[in-house]
Amino acid sequence: MAEDVMRPGLQNPACEGRPAESTACDEGYRARPDWPFWVVIAIVTTAYLTLLVGMVASASTFTDPSHLLGAVLSPNIQYAFALSLVSCTVSAIVALLVAVPVGYLLARGNFPGKALLDTLLDIPIVLPPMVIGICLLILFQTPILRWINIHVLRFTYTVWGVVLAQFVVGAAFAVRQMRTTFGHLDMRPEDVALTLGCSRGKAFRLVTLPAAQRGMFGAVSLAWARALGEFGPILVFAGATRMRTEVLPTTVWLEFSVGNLEAAVAVSLLMIGMSITVLLAMRALGDRP
Amino acid sequence: MIAIAHISIEAGVFALRDLSLAVGDGQYGVLMGPTGCGKTTLLEIICGLRKPLTGTIMINGRDVTGERPGNRGIGYVPQDGALFPTMSVRNQLGFGPHIRRWPKNLIVARVAELADELGITHLLERLPQGLSGGERQRVALGRALAARPAALLLDEPLSALDEDMRGELRELLKRIQRQQGISVLHVTHDHEEARELADATFVVSRDGVCTASSPALMQHLEHAEQL
Repeated sequence: MAEDVMRPGLQNPACEGRPAESTACDEGYRARPDWPFWVVIAIVTTAYLTLLVGMVASASTFTDPSHLLGAVLSPNIQYAFALSLVSCTVSAIVALLVAVPVGYLLARGNFPGKALLDTLLDIPIVLPPMVIGICLLILFQTPILRWINIHVLRFTYTVWGVVLAQFVVGAAFAVRQMRTTFGHLDMRPEDVALTLGCSRGKAFRLVTLPAAQRGMFGAVSLAWARALGEFGPILVFAGATRMRTEVLPTTVWLEFSVGNLEAAVAVSLLMIGMSITVLLAMRALGDRP
Repeated sequence: MIAIAHISIEAGVFALRDLSLAVGDGQYGVLMGPTGCGKTTLLEIICGLRKPLTGTIMINGRDVTGERPGNRGIGYVPQDGALFPTMSVRNQLGFGPHIRRWPKNLIVARVAELADELGITHLLERLPQGLSGGERQRVALGRALAARPAALLLDEPLSALDEDMRGELRELLKRIQRQQGISVLHVTHDHEEARELADATFVVSRDGVCTASSPALMQHLEHAEQL
């Protein structure tokens, strides 16, 4: 079969009776046009985009400016908005601080157990969000963390718990991003820096890290976006107390659960606007020369 | 002098076994061999970027086998230059002296001197992305020479260039090597390049054995045997 494919013109009627090695018998052959390929791509892209835009557009028709204004002026929602903004930013920055060394290790390191480490780091991505919250809650029942929780810094059912829950998931995505970034960077400039007198740390700081800037902005954006949408682990580990641990997804759920659909939709639109603004800003910063 | 004795390494599909060569003081050595025989690996071993299984590496009579790459006094130009992607040409040239904490006025003077010698003064504020292949190689060469190393290792520095640029850079390499009085080991496939540049030629065969036409090698091997 494979040999048949390799022999030019074998299935072309014009070639009948001619030697299989002949190349002149494909004279009538014309390469097919490219437009069907592009049409398929355009149809799939348009369908997906229509779904996304349709979701946002239909949500925005479900509310009116008075609901949006009411949401913006509500002290509860203002608090949730501010807490979401601050906690997502803090957790995304901490996620980046972890993702840079871990991503570098995964991309450049060669050590026993690397595949296992790689798999373990994906746990927050594959676990159901509620399970992450339950695991965190049980983790803080272990003696050392329980002592820290009581005597040093309280995580359970506090704002710090919100940040930790957001960090656990956001960091997993940031690590993936930084691993890909370092994996695509040429290693040789760092090696040259070693021959010029740098230690590995200095070569990393002066040569590799500046080259990874775009990937770092990508990792922060990803961690931030994941943190903004985080709901399950926060609900279980930090609770859903108004004016304390309420973030915007919690607000949507609280409003939805009491039947206030207009307010839930208004907050959802607020989140969409907020995430688009922040992600565009991060992208613009990352694309700077 | 660049002298290696009885170097062995196994890396995946190829191995270098008991490989020895020596480039005398101020000599231009050219290392040739088929693709995949381990020429680049050998340069990385001399630089200290890879550890050999056995053998010693001497630079100007000093045993640097256990030294860190930055303490060996070697300038290294990998294939395609491997320039620092976010650094201007000026900062690339000043990188080595800056890391080695030269006084600022000496760094400025050294950068100006090298840029003049290599004909890249007009490129000093540019980033690597906009440079041609020949310009990139000049910058990489300047960066390797800036801190006045005792030896220079070049990994196919002319392979990606067109014929005219190759001839021009060949002359530049020879001139710079004579001016600086530095020992050079240059990896290439090109016999013409070897003929024009080499004071000594070494050939690594596919089974990892090196043959040489250099009297310095025999001298060094004798010396190593005595030690």
